[in-house]
Amino acid sequence: MPASEEICRLSATELIAGIEAGSFSPAESIEAWAGAMESDDLNAFLWKGVEGGAEQGSGHLSGLPVAIKDIFCTSGIPTTAGSRILEGYKPPYSATAVERLTEAGAGLLGKTNMDEFAMGSSNENSAYGGVSNPWDRTRVPGGSSGGSAAAVAGGLAPCALGTDTGGSIRQPAALCGIVGLKPTYGAISRFGMIAFASSLDQCGPLTRTVADAALLLEVMQGQDQRDSTSVGLEAPIELPSSTDLDGVRFGVPAELVGGDVGIEVGVREVFEQTLSRIEELGGEVAEVTLPHAAHGISAYYVLAPAEASSNLARYDGVRYGLRVEADDLVSMYERTRSEGFGPEVKRRIMLGTYALSSGYYDAYYAQAQKVRTRIAEDFTAAFQGVDFVVTPTSPTVAFPLGARTQDPLSMYLSDFCTVPMSLAGIPAISIPAGLAAPPEGGPELPVGFQIAAPAFGEQDLLEAAHALEMSIGFQRLDQREGEGA
Amino acid sequence: MIDREQVRHVARLARLSLSEDEEARITEQLSGILEHVEKISALDLNGVEPTTHVIELTNRFRPDVPVEAPPREVLLEAAPEGDGDSAGFEVPSPQA
Repeated sequence: MPASEEICRLSATELIAGIEAGSFSPAESIEAWAGAMESDDLNAFLWKGVEGGAEQGSGHLSGLPVAIKDIFCTSGIPTTAGSRILEGYKPPYSATAVERLTEAGAGLLGKTNMDEFAMGSSNENSAYGGVSNPWDRTRVPGGSSGGSAAAVAGGLAPCALGTDTGGSIRQPAALCGIVGLKPTYGAISRFGMIAFASSLDQCGPLTRTVADAALLLEVMQGQDQRDSTSVGLEAPIELPSSTDLDGVRFGVPAELVGGDVGIEVGVREVFEQTLSRIEELGGEVAEVTLPHAAHGISAYYVLAPAEASSNLARYDGVRYGLRVEADDLVSMYERTRSEGFGPEVKRRIMLGTYALSSGYYDAYYAQAQKVRTRIAEDFTAAFQGVDFVVTPTSPTVAFPLGARTQDPLSMYLSDFCTVPMSLAGIPAISIPAGLAAPPEGGPELPVGFQIAAPAFGEQDLLEAAHALEMSIGFQRLDQREGEGA
Repeated sequence: MIDREQVRHVARLARLSLSEDEEARITEQLSGILEHVEKISALDLNGVEPTTHVIELTNRFRPDVPVEAPPREVLLEAAPEGDGDSAGFEVPSPQA
């Protein structure tokens, strides 16, 4: 039997292969990872515990533990969505995505920290404290799936679930130097995933490798009677194997990558090196135009808060979570919500309520939905000429803790390159492409490369990402530390 | 962009009671955000269909088969007031 440290160096697909080959048992794998989770000093986990996964032969993921973002309902296990208002809540059921993983034999490895109700790009909006980026503990891991990204990057979990509404899987994956996949809207059921902005929310994996993302996607995808917007994928996802990009066409949108959009010099360098690499692998790089994409952030910060203001109306102190007592019903609602929600959640509820209120609906909400149509049309037109659209995932590397908390707008702009794909409902992946020094100096940090595909183009997307990943040969943090140890 | 009075009105609609400090801060922050967001109102989008759903979908039906609902006491267990033995969710009187 290999030592725990050796098990914890494996990717999910390697782990499964090791179990199939009889090198170690599911129970040994689960035990090794439970130990890794317990050593968390990043505040990546809100609940530490292990459920299932140790039984031999319970499914093809037997022995694989998956860390679950605390936005997924897990039966009998605390689920807070990073909010005080749900402190102590234990759902009576599990999310479909989680259920599909456990039915395939996977284990549940803790619940991960996150921005409250998935609203944030740094994990600093969690009611339970921020999360450190394992590359540099004075910096943010990104958000909102910051706990999931930090856990995988920091070697505390082999893989994790996240949710992405405007970039919440891809951006933290980029800032932590791992792989993050946001599937097509509707690929995976949203049942049991606590709602933020229902027309945008989508579940996806954060993993060490592209193959791992494919492995988890295949288990979770599919139609679900309990989510009428879920459609699944047309064909089962296979583990990607491409090693070249012969004839594959990649489009670079000037509107998201141009000189005036605030992309850091180091991030731009890595992006351009990756474009050269695409050409070395036989791919073609062309310019494309997405004329409305730069308005994505504006449309998003109308639509997402509008939907959130409606979705979060349910937290009223009546059926679950926190209640702050008062003499009459309306005061009870108001006190509960005022004490239970943090500043960013209140800000977005206010913004959304305003945008939907009488007299403003047409100017904000209706107009934003039209922008959304235009952005989707822009992508459709671009995909006539190229197979994929590529951008840096985040305009910056991981920024220092506290650097953007006083300025909500600067935080929102972290999602500049990821929001347009969310609005269009198309799949996009972030893979680590290299390292760059932050503008204020200090050790080099990971840079993510985003690849977006047409709706339901996940298999092709994973193949391209895999070929690029193989060629880049990015050394993950756990691999660097493994060598140093 | 947005003034204190409007912020107070929206807070009432959203069932939030804001402190003086919060009110001031939110007024300033929302104004900044709205100023940025406002840029889309300058776009000429006459005749563009607003998005209602991002993936083409028609109504989907499933067989109308009753399934077991979670037991009442399990659901009441999660409520902040009362316990599994309560007759329902307990709230203060609206008229109090």
